[in-house]
Amino acid sequence: MAKPKVAFYWCASCGGCEEAVVDLNEDILKVVEAVDIVFWPVALDFKKKDVEAMGDGEIAASFINGAIRTEEQEEMVKLLRKKSGLIVAFGSCSHLGGIPGLANFWNRETIFTKVYKTVPSMANPSGIVPQQKTNIPEGELTLPEFYDTVKTLDQTIDVDYYLPGCAPPPDLIMNAVTAILESKLPEKGAVLAPEKSLCDTCPRGEKKPEKLSIKEIKRPYEIIPNPEKCFLEEGIICLGPVTRSGCGERCINANMPCRGCFGPTKEVVDQGAKGISAIASILGVEDEEKMTEEDTKKLIDQIVDPAGLFYMYSLPSSLLKRKRMA
Amino acid sequence: MAKRITIDPITRLEGHGKIEIFLNDKGNVEKAFFQVPELRGFEKFSEGRMAEEMPRITPKICGVCPTAHHMASGKALDDLFHVTPPSSAKKIRELINSAFMAEDHTLHFFFLGGPDFIVGPQAPAGERNILGVIQKVGLDAGKKVINIRKRLRNIITKQGGRVIHPVCNLPGGVSKGVTKEDREEYIQTGKDAVEFARFALKAFEDIVLKNKEYVDVIVGDIYKHKTYYMGLVDEDNKVNFYDGDIRVVDPEGKEFAKFKSREYLNHIEEHVEPWSYIKFPYLKDVGWKGFVDGKDSGVYRVAPLARLNASDGMATPLAQVEYEKMYDILGGKPVHNTLAYHWARLVELLYATERLLELAQDEEILDPDVRNIPTAVPDEGIGVVEAPRGTLYHHYKTDDNGVITGVNLIVATVNNAASICMSIEKAAKGLIKEGKVSEELLNMVEMAFRAYDPCLACATHSLPGHMPLEINIRDHETNIIETVRRL
Repeated sequence: MAKPKVAFYWCASCGGCEEAVVDLNEDILKVVEAVDIVFWPVALDFKKKDVEAMGDGEIAASFINGAIRTEEQEEMVKLLRKKSGLIVAFGSCSHLGGIPGLANFWNRETIFTKVYKTVPSMANPSGIVPQQKTNIPEGELTLPEFYDTVKTLDQTIDVDYYLPGCAPPPDLIMNAVTAILESKLPEKGAVLAPEKSLCDTCPRGEKKPEKLSIKEIKRPYEIIPNPEKCFLEEGIICLGPVTRSGCGERCINANMPCRGCFGPTKEVVDQGAKGISAIASILGVEDEEKMTEEDTKKLIDQIVDPAGLFYMYSLPSSLLKRKRMA
Repeated sequence: MAKRITIDPITRLEGHGKIEIFLNDKGNVEKAFFQVPELRGFEKFSEGRMAEEMPRITPKICGVCPTAHHMASGKALDDLFHVTPPSSAKKIRELINSAFMAEDHTLHFFFLGGPDFIVGPQAPAGERNILGVIQKVGLDAGKKVINIRKRLRNIITKQGGRVIHPVCNLPGGVSKGVTKEDREEYIQTGKDAVEFARFALKAFEDIVLKNKEYVDVIVGDIYKHKTYYMGLVDEDNKVNFYDGDIRVVDPEGKEFAKFKSREYLNHIEEHVEPWSYIKFPYLKDVGWKGFVDGKDSGVYRVAPLARLNASDGMATPLAQVEYEKMYDILGGKPVHNTLAYHWARLVELLYATERLLELAQDEEILDPDVRNIPTAVPDEGIGVVEAPRGTLYHHYKTDDNGVITGVNLIVATVNNAASICMSIEKAAKGLIKEGKVSEELLNMVEMAFRAYDPCLACATHSLPGHMPLEINIRDHETNIIETVRRL
């Protein structure tokens, strides 16, 4: 029997998701034995026209990482959708928009102005910015269009499954590949990670008090947190309560709070909004009745950059999606 | 008849690094362009974020070298919050960075750039990959490569939380100390890594240096550019990856400038072209003169060979021996041959492993005091480190509350952007004569920019490595009249 065909593809990403595949180490050989990798731009030859020549659905599964931010990326993932039985959104950027999705607080013009005109090392008196078409004496040079808005993969094409994380950990990658090979996949649209919150699996969870209540917010640089204690108990914002587990508690193990790269748990629609409500339910609750409006405002002001913090990985996938530009 | 040649890396949607070559009436190369068709805009969307999140945000610039961004960002925060990390924290950071430099240089030499030499520049393209390397050096050696890369990356995972995008740096130190047990493991990894680096240099000597054909390729004129060179040096002008002053030497090897990270704007400016999303930095005091080399052009180079050229030597004993040997054989400093980057990379691999071992053996690394809490009002900070692919600048400004108001980044590969364009044009000029395009062009052009190990993830997100290429030769009406393909 012919081996199932698998593709890896990348859009607006950093290359970390490809490193995650290389970090399978010896296991990568098992994957290579079981499937026929028909393309993987980082490692193998690949031409768009080869994909175009394939039959619809000929590729068993395509793993696509990175968000969508240029016309080329959009065109390519649409082609892959047509040719693939399954599309797996691989990693935070593809799943949620990821950190590059924070660019949705701005648009093309403001980004170009900053990068090409106003950064302090810039010497650009005539205000040149990159153009889609440039005429030079010898001919014409082209660049792809840079969109105003970063989109997730499922805002561009129909997605069957999601592999979360920045980057997804090796065990979840192997589990997903095995599930595909053995046809043991859950219902369409599922996130291929545990249905638990990070707090449920956090090594500090046992010591977390029954009822959390914090008097003030601390920023991570302001205190040295006790490595045994829950970050929230110490007043440091941690997105553990609203983030899906499965990462291996990597940041917690380095004594740093969660920033939500795995995205929300199943029942949550908007990770950021849920995060804000989780903090609101524990912040200053003990003295709530005695507090004036001004006290409350002071307390809330301790949360610096709530939009960037609670939506660090998920802005494009959230209900907000982007900032409305004037 | 005027012709246009497009070399598209078919990878990544015919984008993410595109070469356009224009021929004149006689069929000789008029001009070549290396275009970078991608941008994300970290400088803009970092505005409004809390400064302490920057070491977690900026590594996403590049998943291949996230550790370098994490280090530059941590140092920028120390400066911004006016806080000095405890000595132990500084050593832990440098330990992580040394492990990173070693694993990344290993990856490049054996998986990406090295195959050109180990397997041979004339070998069929299909063999010029890691499998071809294993065939040539033996399966045991191949396993050694995979094993040491895994163990070096494990140090980053343990201290940084995650190897892809570490999280441990905060202003004033790191979030986690080193345990006794882990330290023992790091010492063993360090010892084995030093041996591994020596093995790599030995392999380079046996396979490359003893082969005249290979040496001729390295010293050939086609890959030569006389430029300025930049790198971080310690107080003795020895190469340092984590700390020190930035030193620039001129094309004759004389010190041209030596400055602190805080002074970088006095020395570096950036140029914009409308046909690429990448920017082109140059030395401000020399000026932008276009894509040309020589003393009158502000174009400078960074990364392994540039670091060695810009220094007076290596700070560890074994690496120093290899440093001297390299310059002896290549005829003294500075070396302008782009392909010598591969050799310099191995000298640096040995230094990184020796430094890793020194730091792991240092008792102080066990000191649990790894953070100083900042007390001053934050304002502005600049952090500079050496990434595998060159000098990396992070510059942040904040309001009194530590919220980012301005960011400037000069990312390693970007420093080399102009010289990569020049190297490609030079290779093209040497290989395309009177309209005849040699099949070798593909290999040679690829080798020209692979020597820089251009981490286009930093600049464009396209990974270096085996890059299938296709050249379309078009007439003036853009009809394809010939296609040359390298599979």
